[in-house]
Amino acid sequence: MIDYRIKSHPILIDESEATTPFYWQEKLFYAKPNEMISSALMAQSIQVFRHHVKDHSPQGIFCANGQCSQCMVIANGLPVKACMTPVTPGMKVEPADGLPGLPESFAPIPEKDQFPRYYECEVLIIGAGPAGLSAAIELGQLGVGVILVDDKNQLGGKLVLQTHRFFGSSNAVHAGTRGIDIAKILAEQAQTLPTVEIWTNSTAIGVFEDHQVAIYREQKENVHVKPGALLVATGARERSLSFSGNTLPGVYGAGAFQTLVNRDLVRPCNNLFIIGGGNVGLIAGYHAIQANIHVAGLVEAAAECGGYKVHKDKLTRSGVPIFTSHTVIEARGHDKVESVVIAQVDRNFQPIRGTEKVYDCDTLLIAVGLEPVNEFINMAKAVGMKVFAAGDANEIAEASAAIFSGKIVGNEIAQSLGKDISEIPASWFETEQILKSKPGITVAEKYIDQLDGVFPVFHCTQEIPCNPCSTVCPRDLIFIDEADIRHLPHFDEDRAGECIACGRCLAVCPGLAISLVDFRKHSQTALVSLPVEQEIAEIAIGNQIEVTDTDGRSLGEFKIERIKTVPGFKNGTRLLSVEVPIQISKSVAGFRIIPTSQSKPFESESEMLQNLDDDAYICRCERITAGEIRKLIKAGIRDINQIKAITHASMGSCGGKTCLNLIRRMFAAEGVPPSEVTDPPVRPAFVEVPVKDFIENSHGGMDNIR
Amino acid sequence: MSLNKTYDVIIAGAGSIGTPTAFYLAQAGLKVLVLEAMASPGQASNKHAIGGIRATHSDPSKIYLCSNSIEIFSSWKETYGDDIDWRAGGYNFVAYEPEIETTLKSLLELQRSLGLNIDWIERDQNLEIAPHLNPQGLLGGTFSPGDGSASPLKAAFAFWQRAQLEGAEFHFNEAVTEILVGGNCIQRVRTNQGAYACKTFINAAGGWSREISQMVGVDLPIEPDAHEAGITEPVQPMFAAMVVDIRHCPGSSNFYFYQHPTGKIIFCLTPAPQIWGNLTQNTSSFLPQSCRRLVDLMPILGNIRVRRTWRGTYPMTPDGNPIVSPVEGLDGYLIAAGTCGQGFMLGPGVGKLLTNTVTGNLTQIESDCLYNLRYNRGFESKEMLK
Repeated sequence: MIDYRIKSHPILIDESEATTPFYWQEKLFYAKPNEMISSALMAQSIQVFRHHVKDHSPQGIFCANGQCSQCMVIANGLPVKACMTPVTPGMKVEPADGLPGLPESFAPIPEKDQFPRYYECEVLIIGAGPAGLSAAIELGQLGVGVILVDDKNQLGGKLVLQTHRFFGSSNAVHAGTRGIDIAKILAEQAQTLPTVEIWTNSTAIGVFEDHQVAIYREQKENVHVKPGALLVATGARERSLSFSGNTLPGVYGAGAFQTLVNRDLVRPCNNLFIIGGGNVGLIAGYHAIQANIHVAGLVEAAAECGGYKVHKDKLTRSGVPIFTSHTVIEARGHDKVESVVIAQVDRNFQPIRGTEKVYDCDTLLIAVGLEPVNEFINMAKAVGMKVFAAGDANEIAEASAAIFSGKIVGNEIAQSLGKDISEIPASWFETEQILKSKPGITVAEKYIDQLDGVFPVFHCTQEIPCNPCSTVCPRDLIFIDEADIRHLPHFDEDRAGECIACGRCLAVCPGLAISLVDFRKHSQTALVSLPVEQEIAEIAIGNQIEVTDTDGRSLGEFKIERIKTVPGFKNGTRLLSVEVPIQISKSVAGFRIIPTSQSKPFESESEMLQNLDDDAYICRCERITAGEIRKLIKAGIRDINQIKAITHASMGSCGGKTCLNLIRRMFAAEGVPPSEVTDPPVRPAFVEVPVKDFIENSHGGMDNIR
Repeated sequence: MSLNKTYDVIIAGAGSIGTPTAFYLAQAGLKVLVLEAMASPGQASNKHAIGGIRATHSDPSKIYLCSNSIEIFSSWKETYGDDIDWRAGGYNFVAYEPEIETTLKSLLELQRSLGLNIDWIERDQNLEIAPHLNPQGLLGGTFSPGDGSASPLKAAFAFWQRAQLEGAEFHFNEAVTEILVGGNCIQRVRTNQGAYACKTFINAAGGWSREISQMVGVDLPIEPDAHEAGITEPVQPMFAAMVVDIRHCPGSSNFYFYQHPTGKIIFCLTPAPQIWGNLTQNTSSFLPQSCRRLVDLMPILGNIRVRRTWRGTYPMTPDGNPIVSPVEGLDGYLIAAGTCGQGFMLGPGVGKLLTNTVTGNLTQIESDCLYNLRYNRGFESKEMLK
């Protein structure tokens, strides 16, 4: 059977087979063991999961993270989130069209204790991502009793989606190691600690007046935990964006894309367009290339991409057009995305008429930043509970910073519980600040003058917190100031002759921004080696390949002389070597492998709207448009509670996880300062839970509570 | 400080009582100002109401006021064009115990004598009205088809908008801090933003009405009593009635729920013993207790998913009836408070009564209401169906 699973990948290995039979609209398909329904459907190129009850519009995946409710399907007669529900053998899956019915066969639940199973612990940690795991490790090492819960069945949070090597400090946060491998390292450490109890597949659903936290344990039982301290390490959710066509199937978050491609090894599309040039969008583009998905382009509203330049360079070298000072105007398509309209923006980020371009694409990724998942912090504060936050839940930053912030907060919690521990070193806080820092200045690429011997060339010109290259050189020839790893790497020119061309610095560099230039063989040519993390037929010895400089400018086509692996770097990165004239040898930074998409003429199909996004959807659950909400803001309404009351925006299934932020930004766009806007309160339940799961247990009892 | 403007009527509270009252007063040509401490209408207890509206009480004044409310709610869309989600789904008090059957039947006589459309229905008929009710042990119940539900959120918004169109002014984020009395008359009202003169001051401050009344030295026996409610995901329509179970269970007394026209189930529980205070944070016991009662009453709902829960307060009086009353020796002070969790269903009826009070157009039955619901009554009787 033809499916859209990724069979070969430069980094990921597909070990499982799709052997679990299930039915979609009575048609037989197969899923991998424990595969989520959404991935199993996307692997069959099924993108429309349901039609919205309000307007019958087609709905597909959006967050793939259990946050929104767009991917709802009916599985064995019950409505579920496709992205959070694993396929079970023989499962009958149907689109959730219209209102679901309830199974008639449900039998009365015999009388049992009505109180849920109850636990007490010193620390409850919500979220087993980089921050939560690090905090659990610190606390566990101090012998503190921890319950660590996570809504996924795999530990590591978003680390499990990150196939690239991490930036940051090698010593402090495993820089140079791939995110997926850091997840394993942290998970193993946490799992071996006797005082750390880990509940996977368990979603926190509310914090209550009596400081109990309800956990939907293993998605089947409501249990209550009363901790001495609560750590919220719930990470971030992706921001959405308001544009025409923004809920068409095929428009989804970059995180959803990474989940499909990197966690579940599903190739959900063939031709991708990306909105947003921060690290998330840039990395998603690179992950697409690694999965052999064509990237048609990327738009960034600012004049420069906000993400690391080395991430951007990976895309430009590969031939992906990056449009800065551009925005998305419209996603077009009938039942799914078929093309995207982009346009240049003016200084106020308003689209400039006449600059529209149209690109074909089958998927549009939204990567316009992250927002802390802070509901539990707010709920805990409202009831006066001792609560801490770490990682993105506290402040959006890189995962490396989250690892370190978890470590610090773990110690702070231990202190707050009166544990006798040594003072947290001041240097930790400095390291945390460095890891959190935004990219610094960019300098022009500079090369050493030498034209003989062999040495690495750094195409790394922007100050970012990163030091793996300086830690792997067996001869200590690469130097980065340890006191501030944001400084650029320097090769020790005085000892240039000592480089043994081992290639380790190339292989470890998270930015793939180091080349190795070897002048030793010929007088007029140099052998240039480049890191490669792609597995495609074009990359083979003897093939011609177009090489580029750092910014993607073509330097000509050259033959691939050699492809080799670097000892100790079996996991994915190989070195490819081309022989080029010495004049260009130091400029060679990468190679172009994907054909560049051409834009099509723009034809306006709709009449000119006063606001381009008036028909964009702000609240996906209740299908409330930007135009409806803007009208209320313009009419003077300043209380989001009232917008809720009038439109029902944020009162749908997801509880405002996507739209509340968009609404706040709409107020800002209309010139209303945040101080004039009243926010709604946060209420349980964080996710929808069946009525029976609040009561169906045989282990509860009032004795545990009173 | 705002200018010292003069109004005919100042209302404290833009909630279930304040918004319709402002509408009817402004419609009667009076200059009205509503002072609300929250940021927009209906943000205190109104939005916590689950939307049930019934006339089937046991007190004649409450029956009169709620009957008027039903007339207003049910004709609102026709009259003004705003959809406030009114639906006459009826109220169905169910009996699973002979004592409950006896209680309900004994009340029927009184209710019917007051002209209410309510009847005893036998088990099978009850199962037709609410087909998924647990048939085991069901004895029957009362059914009042004229009762129903509407959206408190949409109704408060509609009253607010219409009141503004009639000229009423609303000040939000503005709390009353002082009421100045001179010569046995209300003179001025001070707030955290300014001061205003008025002839009549209406205390419609719900859970905060006792504090407001203390500003003029009148203590009201009103205590806020915290209740929680929840709403589920929408499913296909199954029943329309408000199902009310008045049995006593561990930790709770009354439990009631209905299916909203959108398909969601909305449910509410009365804790036993009552929990006093203006408390709005959710308790850990509400979902386990209410879900237990929900599946016991309607087993098919075991698989429906709970979407959201919230907590609000019932401003309780000792006898369960509201205080709608002028105060002897204090001209221009009107109390419309202590609605015991029924402010939403009382609101429009009370609004009309207050308007007629201010304009001096009271009918005999309205005067009787003000007497029955006076602030200094004995509070000894008990509302039978809270």
